Amino acid sequence: MGRLTWAAIPFDQPVVMIASGTVGFVIFCVLALVTVKGWWPYLWREWITSVDHKRIGVMYIILALLMLVRGFSDAMMMRSQLALAAGHAQGYLPPEHYDQIFSAHGTIMIFFVAMPFVIGLMNFVLPLQLGVRDVAFPVLNSVGFWLSAAGVLLVNVSLVVGEFARTGWLAYPPLSEVAYSPGVGVDYYLWSLQISGLGTLISGINLTTTILKLRAPGMGYREMPIFCWTALASNLLIVAAFPILTATFAMLLLDRYCGFHFFTNDLGGNPMMYVNLIWCWGHPEVYILILPAFGVFSEVVATFSGKPLFGRRSMVMATMGICVLSFLVWLHHFFTRGAGADVNAFFGIMTMLISVPTGVKIFNWLFTLYGGRIRFTVPIYWALGFIVTFVIGGMTGVLMAIPPADFVLHNSLFLIAHFHNVVIGGVVFGVMAGISYWFPKAFGFTLNERLGKAVFWCWFFGFYLAFMPLYVLGLMGATRRMQHYSNTHWQPLMLVALAGAVLILLGIVLTGVQLAVSIRQRERNRDVTGDPWNGRTLEWSTPSPPPEWNFSHLPQVGRADAFWAMKQQRGTAQDRNVKRTYQTIHVPRNNPTGFFLAFFAVLLGFSLIWRIWWGAGLGLLGAIVVCLMQAWRTDGEIEVPAEKVAAFERLHGLKERAV
Amino acid sequence: MHAVRTDRMSAEVTRTPSASALWLRIISMTSAAMLMASCSEGVLDPHGPVGKAERVILYDSTAIMLAVVIPVIVLTLVFAWWFRAGNKRARYQPDWEYSGRIEMIIWSIPALVILFLGGIAWTGSHDLDPPAPLEDSTAPLEIEVISLDWRWLFIYPQEGIASLNRLVVPAGVPLRFRLTSATVMNSFFVPQLGSQIYTMPNMVTRLNLEADQPGTYEGLSAQFSGDGFSDMRFDLVSTEAEAFKGWVNTTKTQGGVLDARTFEELSKPAKADGAQTYARVSEGLFDKISAGHMAAVSPQRGQ
Amino acid sequence: MSAAEQALESGDAVPLSLRGPAPTRVVAGYGFWLFLLSDIIIFAAFFAAYAVLSGETAGGPTAADLFDKRHVLIETACLLASSVTCGFGSLAVQSGDRNSTYFWMAITFILGVTFLSLEVSEFSHMLELGAGPSRSAFLSAFFTLVGTHGLHVTMGLCWLIVMLLQAATLGFQPMVSRRFFCFGLFWHALDIVWIGVFTIVYLGAHL
Repeated sequence: MGRLTWAAIPFDQPVVMIASGTVGFVIFCVLALVTVKGWWPYLWREWITSVDHKRIGVMYIILALLMLVRGFSDAMMMRSQLALAAGHAQGYLPPEHYDQIFSAHGTIMIFFVAMPFVIGLMNFVLPLQLGVRDVAFPVLNSVGFWLSAAGVLLVNVSLVVGEFARTGWLAYPPLSEVAYSPGVGVDYYLWSLQISGLGTLISGINLTTTILKLRAPGMGYREMPIFCWTALASNLLIVAAFPILTATFAMLLLDRYCGFHFFTNDLGGNPMMYVNLIWCWGHPEVYILILPAFGVFSEVVATFSGKPLFGRRSMVMATMGICVLSFLVWLHHFFTRGAGADVNAFFGIMTMLISVPTGVKIFNWLFTLYGGRIRFTVPIYWALGFIVTFVIGGMTGVLMAIPPADFVLHNSLFLIAHFHNVVIGGVVFGVMAGISYWFPKAFGFTLNERLGKAVFWCWFFGFYLAFMPLYVLGLMGATRRMQHYSNTHWQPLMLVALAGAVLILLGIVLTGVQLAVSIRQRERNRDVTGDPWNGRTLEWSTPSPPPEWNFSHLPQVGRADAFWAMKQQRGTAQDRNVKRTYQTIHVPRNNPTGFFLAFFAVLLGFSLIWRIWWGAGLGLLGAIVVCLMQAWRTDGEIEVPAEKVAAFERLHGLKERAV
Repeated sequence: MHAVRTDRMSAEVTRTPSASALWLRIISMTSAAMLMASCSEGVLDPHGPVGKAERVILYDSTAIMLAVVIPVIVLTLVFAWWFRAGNKRARYQPDWEYSGRIEMIIWSIPALVILFLGGIAWTGSHDLDPPAPLEDSTAPLEIEVISLDWRWLFIYPQEGIASLNRLVVPAGVPLRFRLTSATVMNSFFVPQLGSQIYTMPNMVTRLNLEADQPGTYEGLSAQFSGDGFSDMRFDLVSTEAEAFKGWVNTTKTQGGVLDARTFEELSKPAKADGAQTYARVSEGLFDKISAGHMAAVSPQRGQ
Repeated sequence: MSAAEQALESGDAVPLSLRGPAPTRVVAGYGFWLFLLSDIIIFAAFFAAYAVLSGETAGGPTAADLFDKRHVLIETACLLASSVTCGFGSLAVQSGDRNSTYFWMAITFILGVTFLSLEVSEFSHMLELGAGPSRSAFLSAFFTLVGTHGLHVTMGLCWLIVMLLQAATLGFQPMVSRRFFCFGLFWHALDIVWIGVFTIVYLGAHL
């Protein structure tokens, strides 16, 4: 069994055993409930083997929400530890644990919360907004999702069996080399990210191809919704940047497993090369996360102001500008390495240049609000909260883009506050806006508005309480990743930060409550028109939830905000000359490939981590067999007969759109 | 359904103006208090020319940006409130989506700010480049810094002594650092003196700082390096010139030798445990370490 | 009037971007191109690592000591020739000619295997000399870059066998032709990468 022994399970650590015991118990209860109620056939058929982008999008978001709870519990532990460990106090988490917790927190939040949230939204929305039936590669879509889930599983197994990395979320060498991290922690980190990184790359290829090659007739680039543009930029970045991560992790794995010397201290290794490579990926990564959020805000602000997005063309230019520029700034993550004034200044100025298109976007949103008739729904709350919060985060970012300023702020709590400022204020707020905006489309009823606003206020005030003190602490000289500190002046600020975290926790709990209450109230809040917000883009022209095939007839698009144009034409002469004939529609058949590939990926990953070579061989073989079986599958599609389509349309009483 | 919603919403919204005014007041008072707290220690209370120059940059840049950020935040709240659906006085312009003049302005404003800040970045990067010697006619003091797991070793090549976890320097004298790491990456940082710089194995980085007056300043590592990271602190004690000479002489009489053997002992992973000095240092020890010829004995760290 | 309708009226062909969802063949090819681009970026990262580490021989053997130009020339000839035969094979697939397909793809396979065995022999020779990847950073970078290319060639050869089996069992239905097309793209892309490897690693060593 390689290096795996019973000693890998930390029976002597009560906190870990209780936490994992609880999680295990909950999982067991859920599985038991599903079995007793006989839901397995439904789950297998409708969700696990589904290749429908709408289902996959929802599963991504469920995955992200679950991991938000895990990542956030890490955050609560960090905040409470720091609130306690002032002066001579050591808190309750010794360094060996604390180091794993902050590493897990960052890894999970970026790779297993933010990425799935964003990819899930794009998956659900893009084909609907583009006016087509599905993404370019539906089976690959399922594979991509399940590989991400495999990564999630591996990361969580590390809680119970073995340990996690103790290196921070980017695992710089030489600390992450075998000499300084001999345990399995870094291996868990590397393999789970390689597996889920493959899933992300697949998703990037899939969505890019969808946006560029699969659009409704008449929808050229000028007619494409702005969310699709930001999704395009984000997915292009995924295709271009994630391979760098794969290659860099491969090099570190070769160092660790085969004694190579890419980043070791001896025989010519160069740890600084890792830092460069990883940030060549890392900086585009944050733009991968934020661009779709920007897209959500563009849609939300336009819809709820009742106006088209202001300055659409410059928004598109700004988006693609950000996409390209994001590859030219990576050194700002390590100005303090001493690359010299010219190099530092170049990258500092390039970093600032990105804030120009970003600033333009903010102004465009402002002028979309101007002259509008703004309805204060939950998505607009998130959008307004975002604008206010993000500009502060952007400001501190531009501040640190000035190398001499960075020399005193690098790696301090000021940096932590900055990136949480932009990630929470930008990505999280954007995802929350997107979820409340598109939830009725996905499930057929709206979420409870009052609870939604309560969630917003908890996150909004919680964020400020939790992170404004960190800006101050960073200026006072506090560095990141400290397990304790000697300066007791800092403790009151740490306590305020803890209070903020508790408020955010309340927001997360209320999200669960909101979901439960909304499900109970669903009949009252049913969306019968498919267009609960008086929307402007094509997804609102379908019933809620849409049928498997999305559109009974692919819409003919004439201009941007296609659905708005269609609504204005309703009752006009053009609209009356409408044919109501339906044709057979082909939809992709369910496919278990993704699920089984992920199963073998977990086996492969776990075996490699513990050096169980026969297990790894089995995993690889299984994966190959699954791929071969898929290669010979010829019945990939089902036909939906025209009568069924017609019956569906009659049932949902929707007027036919112009053919 | 829409009509009902807007009524309810405008009722909610009319409640917000006074509420938001109150929040604004609370927030500005708290921020002022926090800002004042941060001014008495750390980066905003520098005691050296490098830190002081950097503080100027921090203040100036923040002021420039606030000139844009605050109006943007205010405009956001004003627009959102004025153009709320329930406000009949606001003019609804459902087709207004482009204005060349506004486009020009919204591209220019960030561009101008960035032009300004870019200039600060360029000049600041060159003036405050860590390896660049300080403009001070006094002869600099050379110090060699080696980061270990998890302590700081300071060698004074000119004096031939060394100190562990405690850096004694004369005030008003430029300090010329050469830094390296015997293990993993760290970052040498004394917040109240200014810039930090990474220490990396097999490489030498350079830094120049100066302490204006006598005093004790906290030093730390700003790059996570393992389990003992949080204790990896040191004191930078700046003294009068005479007192410094006295300290050097005393150190030469007490304490052991720092040679290959004692260094090997030091390089074993151990948490910081008080300060120590060495009366003699072997010739060229720093150069050997930074060239990787004396790779720290890196026994696999236990779990 | 929509842009598509305008184009139709004015007699211009409707631009591609306005014609609605592209046919499956186009979509599959495009997606595969994107995958190839991402693969090339992986190689780019390895090239970058090689460039940075090529001088770090840690007192061990250098590139000039180890690389045999003639050996590499034969390898290159095999690989480039296999691209040509792959091209003929693709033409055979397009015309649905089963026997030609088997013939040309078999030759492609043989040339590919020859390339691989030459490469393996080079690697094992280096290992015998003690110039393995754990000897120095330069050698780590070399083995990884060239080895990754070799791994891709291996996977390509396995894929080729699968494709020939698919042609035999399923015939040249659209799904199979699409896959052959993608295989061709893959094989040619490996050629392009090899030209980079050949130039930067082997020729660069002798500059």
